[in-house]
Amino acid sequence: MNSLHGRQRLRLVLRLTAAVAITLFFLFPIYWLFMISFKTPDEIFSFPPKWYPGQIQFGNYAVLFKDGDAATVGNSLVVAGASTLLAMFVGTICAYSLARFKTGGEHLANWIISQRMVPPIAVVFPIFLLYVWLGWVDTYVGVVLLYTAFNLPYVIWMMRGYILDIPLALEESALVDGCTRWQVIWKVVFPMARAGLFATAIFTFVFAWNEFLFALVLTRTEVVTYTVQVTHYFGGQSNFWAKISAMSVLGTLPIFVVVAFMQRYLVRGISLGAVKG
Amino acid sequence: MAASARPQAGFADRNFKYLLVAPSIFVLLLIGVFPLVYLLVVSFQGITMTEVDTSFVGVRNFAHLFHDRRLWEALLHTLIFTAIALPLELILGLAMAQLFLDRLPGRPIFIALLVLPVVVSPIVSGATWSLMFDNRFGPINQVIGWLTGGPRTLLWTINPDLVYPAIIVAEVWQWTPFMFLLLLAALANVDKSQLEAAAIDGAGWWRTFSRIVLPAIWPVMAVAILIRGLDLFRLFDIVWALTKGGPGTMTETISIFTYVKGFQQFETSYTAAVALLIIVLLSVVVFAALKRVQLAR
Repeated sequence: MNSLHGRQRLRLVLRLTAAVAITLFFLFPIYWLFMISFKTPDEIFSFPPKWYPGQIQFGNYAVLFKDGDAATVGNSLVVAGASTLLAMFVGTICAYSLARFKTGGEHLANWIISQRMVPPIAVVFPIFLLYVWLGWVDTYVGVVLLYTAFNLPYVIWMMRGYILDIPLALEESALVDGCTRWQVIWKVVFPMARAGLFATAIFTFVFAWNEFLFALVLTRTEVVTYTVQVTHYFGGQSNFWAKISAMSVLGTLPIFVVVAFMQRYLVRGISLGAVKG
Repeated sequence: MAASARPQAGFADRNFKYLLVAPSIFVLLLIGVFPLVYLLVVSFQGITMTEVDTSFVGVRNFAHLFHDRRLWEALLHTLIFTAIALPLELILGLAMAQLFLDRLPGRPIFIALLVLPVVVSPIVSGATWSLMFDNRFGPINQVIGWLTGGPRTLLWTINPDLVYPAIIVAEVWQWTPFMFLLLLAALANVDKSQLEAAAIDGAGWWRTFSRIVLPAIWPVMAVAILIRGLDLFRLFDIVWALTKGGPGTMTETISIFTYVKGFQQFETSYTAAVALLIIVLLSVVVFAALKRVQLAR
């Protein structure tokens, strides 16, 4: 009995060791990125590399704010925020119709989700030509609309799943009580799907926040997002490491904070609802 | 469903369900159908950086597709990345899910930390790994130097033998946790009583896995493979940050090729033909995949 106990202990210790090793592997690059942003230029370009900064200093961030580069995080916020709100409203009412009235049947639902699978490069090229013609290149309207459109299939698909989880009886009794259809949506469906709405909005926001290719093609100087700004510091052999790391951290830290509160919804959120979380 | 069976409903009420989907359909047609039509028109013209004449030139651009070595090589590179990264992510993710399936001290904290790479912007991941892989100031060459007993200055983003491993490491680092999360959720839902019954019958590990676990987690696994496969087909950000498709065009993916043709060399009409080719190729794959994979509901 005692030896069995001992073997179980050994197994647990081994598993724990493996778990720590794996976690360190996945965290180390993130540590390295954050750590470089706190180093002085001398420390960044020291050989052999220093594994931790001599002291935490924010000089690299100060430069980004002084030069105005940090404003690109603000652009990301505006673009991701506005497109998320739009996609959530338009997408949720569509999802409600698909879920409750089976509008368009399976075909419409499948067509909508298939829109998410088209490679962005094939979409952005004609959109770019259209925007040149409309004068929408490097405008908030242009970027927000494209982000809205691109996230719409995700919102519709996710919200359809969440709405199907709501019992029908509540909506029926609201109708009997004399609510209009719109009131049913506002006063029953939205509150009941609150958790799903919130989770879907967060993920839509993260997708838009992290997006790079559309922003690269459609922005020049006015609405440059932080992802595009990071690549401005790449330059052959003389990469501006301090700026790359500090700008990346400015864009990444908010996402980490948000995701820390979203653990419950994470799996369902990133799997197109294929796994119920 | 709920109330559509009300005979006295007025016009607005009867069309309520269409009113709700209309804005979405409109926006989706804008990015789903407009580009397709526009690409079709432009691809039969002969527009380039220097040529603005919009008269039709027949199938010249499409004929050129078949002779464009660089295009097919880009497709091949994309397939190579997919064929290596996807199985790696799947197997590592599955192994990690198995490791974290049972009780373990600090399990929620481990999982919360392991999730982080997934939510980092891919362009930032690429930038991070270019810092990691730097020949002189990066930690990777440093560690390799320790292990091999002498300073190493491997050119991870330039040396033709090392660029593929470098990109695949970055890609696998970012997306293995995605597989891990999905498969962990799937494994947790496997029927425990079946596993116990198999253990009592004395079934070995492989038999239990292939007969009970695998069929149970397959629906989730199929969706995970589909999502990652499609993502890998459009691979752009990580490669862009690490090599920009170089050295030469060695790591150029189909997305990078299209970007270069359209936005750096301004071969407008030819790029339209390439984009159409991509859409057609992908539609075939997606259509076949959706027939097999049932997304939830």
